[in-house]
Amino acid sequence: MSRPAVLSPTPSIFAKVFSVGLQNTFVYRWNFLLRTIFGIVPLIGTLFLWRAIMEAGGGNIGGYEYRTMIFYFMVVVFVDNLISPTEDDWQVAADIRDGRLSALLLKPLNYLGYRFTLYASYRITYVAIIAVPIGGLLFFLRGFVVWPEHWMTWPLFFLSTAMAAGIQFLNAYILGLCAFWVLEVSTLVFIAFSFEYFLSGMVFPLDLLPPWLQGFVHWSPFTYQLFFPVQIIMERTSGQALWEGLAIQAGWLLLALIGARLVWRAGLRKYQAVGG
Amino acid sequence: MTLSPPPTAPAAMPRGRYLRVYWLMLRNSLIREMNFKANFLGWLAVEFLWFVGQIVFLEVLFSHVDNIGDWSKWECVLLIGTHQIIAQVFQAFFYVNLSELPDLVRTGRLDLLLLQPIDSQFAVSVRRFGFDSLVSSLVGFIVVGFSLYKLGIVPGFGQIAFYLAACALGLGVHYSILFGLATASIWIVRAQGLIYGYYNVFNVARFPADVFKGTFRFIFSWIIPVMLVANVPARLLARSFENPWPGLLHLLAATILVVGGTRLFWFFALRRYASASS
Repeated sequence: MSRPAVLSPTPSIFAKVFSVGLQNTFVYRWNFLLRTIFGIVPLIGTLFLWRAIMEAGGGNIGGYEYRTMIFYFMVVVFVDNLISPTEDDWQVAADIRDGRLSALLLKPLNYLGYRFTLYASYRITYVAIIAVPIGGLLFFLRGFVVWPEHWMTWPLFFLSTAMAAGIQFLNAYILGLCAFWVLEVSTLVFIAFSFEYFLSGMVFPLDLLPPWLQGFVHWSPFTYQLFFPVQIIMERTSGQALWEGLAIQAGWLLLALIGARLVWRAGLRKYQAVGG
Repeated sequence: MTLSPPPTAPAAMPRGRYLRVYWLMLRNSLIREMNFKANFLGWLAVEFLWFVGQIVFLEVLFSHVDNIGDWSKWECVLLIGTHQIIAQVFQAFFYVNLSELPDLVRTGRLDLLLLQPIDSQFAVSVRRFGFDSLVSSLVGFIVVGFSLYKLGIVPGFGQIAFYLAACALGLGVHYSILFGLATASIWIVRAQGLIYGYYNVFNVARFPADVFKGTFRFIFSWIIPVMLVANVPARLLARSFENPWPGLLHLLAATILVVGGTRLFWFFALRRYASASS
């Protein structure tokens, strides 16, 4: 369905949406702060756990030393906080379930663009607020930081992180859109999340998996939601493998985008506003 | 259902009534849950995947090392299985209720519960029940059984009794801590973050306590004693040659402290409670 050109969304609309997103976050700043404090606990737990593991493994496990392993988890926590959608899937589902989507459809807005703007504003506020605790943590753990040697690592890391953000956002968006068909999406969201949690490298670096699983890791979309950008900044991937990885990541991003469009269209055909 | 006129004070209600009220709640939520079978199966799948993930993590770790702290692979599996049992039983009986407390505060529905002629903590803690989690806890029992087999341990009757008692205390710890956090919603309206946050802290309970040292260990074994929850019972089973009392008494003391402390906190919070939207 193409809209008349006159009604195409203007940047100022998205600016408004962005600022609403910002305000929503600030209303619940306590929630925010406590979440962060609790978020640090498992990281400290991780420090202890891996120290014990490294002691048992003679100081080197799968090419990671204690220092690099801790740095790995620092980057994972940072990138995860930076790009993981927190409530976007629930909100999309709620828009559909509560019939609020009808009001949004009448506005000169592209829903995907609208959701993405909200996502971006949530992420930016979140990062701005946790900058202090994260900075403190970085300082506390500064001994573990291994800065990349090549300057090219930085732009590639940003590119890959941006693509990972895109994949994660679209993933959440598509899951939310499932509310067109099922009333309760939470089980779907959690099933997807359990795969994501273990297969994106949040619990352990994926290269610790046995060799016969490395082919799966190479092609799996979960790898490119988090693990891959972390490998880039740690300079554990280079040359051809790096470019190939970026290409696969771009492929998944494109597929997710196409998927999101298709699901949205199919969903709209199914959509009946409830109570709207 | 015919109800006798409500007694004026909660204290006037005989114990038997609590059991009857609880039984009715259980039955109602089972009926309700069976109306959403797909959802029920979905949650079973989630819990199962999550648990398999934990086991895979251990498998990956132990493909690189032989011990963590002084815990062998199957001892760690036993620990994780034990945590699964406690966490799932906790989830079955309390989690749904406690996680809804912030919503009750925000919408003002808490008022209705407070007016009921039963203990207010009882009223907010046991309204619903998750049957799926109870099924998931069976997976924990199976895993504990299997790791005992792998370790070549046949526990005696006394050991099993100690184990179950320690699990019950661990359940009390998990319940009280989350209850304390949910109580904070009377001040911080959107306390959901706190509740999700506790899941992070939960993770600490899954690893051998010996791994942790210093202040961190002190905090999580005395102030927020999650570290004891699964470790104490798992040790009772896996290490029959050790003296069970120090661990058990520590857990008992921690449970009493945290159960009593959060109950006091709840009554303190209720005095500050000003209803919403009315």
